[in-house]
Amino acid sequence: MENKIKIGWFSFSCCEDNTIVMTEVMNDHWQEWKKIFDFRHIRIFKSKNIFDEFDIAFIEGAVASLEQEERIKAIRNISKKVVAVGSCAISGLPASQRNTFTPEQKENIDFLVTKFGLASEVKKLSDVIKVDVEIPGCPMSPEIFLQKVNALVAELRP
Amino acid sequence: MHTFDLSLEHITKIEGNATLNIKVVDGKVLDVKFAITEYKRFFTEAMKGKDINAIPAHLARICGTCSNAHIMCSIEACENALGIRPSPQTKILRALTMHGLMIRDHALHLYLFSMPDIFGKDAFLDFDENDPVQHQLLHDGFETKSAGNFLATLIAGRSVHATYPVIGGFLHFPDQAEIDEAIEKLKNIRPAVLRLIEIFKNAPNHFDRKTKYMALVPENSFGYIQGIIETSDGRKIEEKDFKSHLENTVIPYSEAMGYKYEGEGYMVGALARINLAKDKLHSKTKESASEVLNLFPSTDIYYNNLAQAIEILHSVDESIDILSNNKFSPEPIIKGEEKENTVGIGVVEAPRGTLYHKIVLDKDGKIKEGEVVVPTGQNQINIERDIGVLVQSLIDKSNSAEAPLDKSKIAFEIEKLIRAYDPCMSCASHFLKVEWE
Repeated sequence: MENKIKIGWFSFSCCEDNTIVMTEVMNDHWQEWKKIFDFRHIRIFKSKNIFDEFDIAFIEGAVASLEQEERIKAIRNISKKVVAVGSCAISGLPASQRNTFTPEQKENIDFLVTKFGLASEVKKLSDVIKVDVEIPGCPMSPEIFLQKVNALVAELRP
Repeated sequence: MHTFDLSLEHITKIEGNATLNIKVVDGKVLDVKFAITEYKRFFTEAMKGKDINAIPAHLARICGTCSNAHIMCSIEACENALGIRPSPQTKILRALTMHGLMIRDHALHLYLFSMPDIFGKDAFLDFDENDPVQHQLLHDGFETKSAGNFLATLIAGRSVHATYPVIGGFLHFPDQAEIDEAIEKLKNIRPAVLRLIEIFKNAPNHFDRKTKYMALVPENSFGYIQGIIETSDGRKIEEKDFKSHLENTVIPYSEAMGYKYEGEGYMVGALARINLAKDKLHSKTKESASEVLNLFPSTDIYYNNLAQAIEILHSVDESIDILSNNKFSPEPIIKGEEKENTVGIGVVEAPRGTLYHKIVLDKDGKIKEGEVVVPTGQNQINIERDIGVLVQSLIDKSNSAEAPLDKSKIAFEIEKLIRAYDPCMSCASHFLKVEWE
């Protein structure tokens, strides 16, 4: 565990496409990743997750509730670098599609929005926290993901 | 006597988020609430007013792992509405898209989500590379996923939100060099899949549950796109009539709709498919898996894992056959006719079970309304009831052994059971908060 880069991977309002792409990129990189990364908090991989500090926190998905917003701020507070992964995190869409619903559409979904405690508007990540790096795409581009991850590794462990 | 409430905050090693609240009073499980808490993103509302040609790519974004199943199902619904009959080559390419999906997605579930439980590890990456068995499985897992991903990328453009399949055909066609490479990769993983079948055949957990099963069963060979919906009580339902046999069941504490068939919960997924149609598997699959196939039909939910492993083998064998015996050439996209108030329905077998899409056209080819019924929504009621039965049996066992009740052990057993269903919460809403009350 000595000097491994502490990674957190978090999914908010999204389809988790970037998580799936990451698990496929891993097919060719898992041996190297095992050596350099401490996967501290990744629910798709493990149950014993630790939420204390991260060198890199990857966040996918848009922010659909106050509860999600508070969680995201908590992640920012304990992370050296925050990476917004994928279109929903970076632009809001498509998770934020209800923001531009017609008045009739908003009325159709209103009882569900209220019932499940959703925010009236879905936000993108940079609306609530400072984002250090963006990996665009719907899903994220595997090539840009690797390029940015390698750059972060070089920066954090020169 | 035990009186407590149990809450699991986030179930791990599944897709998406769910919560569970269990109330136990005087040693009896009184209430189980399994709630899918993945926030709704309102796709069926958002599709209204969109052009029909945008719909498959739009609805793909319901889910990052079942994505290509949504695309196939949506395309079927849209072609149905437009009166388009796909070409024989298009049907073959779609079948291959689904095989790539099954291989990749089942492998993700079996190796990364379920297998750690069997080996007493928290994560697949924790497997010991100095142990020959675990070392082999690490390589098997990533190579099997990689082969499925390669196939899907070759045929459909990518595994997630595929770009080549569209209404009326495909935008891109595989070249022979890459087809040869795909065949090689699939042949190379076959031994790994046989090892996978053996692991899940011998896995220690079992949970018997008598329920009805439902799946789309093709006429001739085992597959995921065409067919008639069959039930374990002998009923056959045309795709267009599927929804009329289901009762929507609002689960007030869940963001996902539940469904009943003839007043009861039912199961969809690999277990249902193998139970109903194992005789239609590829001949090489039946030969290699003959011993385990004798275990089916089965009412053991943990054999859903084994059924998925068998399906990976079938998809490997079928894909090798298809790729070896077909030549692909560019074809034009087939156009259809947009008519107001036309209804289009698509039904496919996604990795986790029967998936249903319905669209209704407005004028000018825009969507008036739509509906999506996903497999995990259909399994919700069964999942909830199974958890209740499981927890009761664990309480009764600890009572008869006069042993103290270990809540963390119960929570772990619940998680393993839920993982056997391989639920997909992103789909179900458009990990597990168990609250011990």
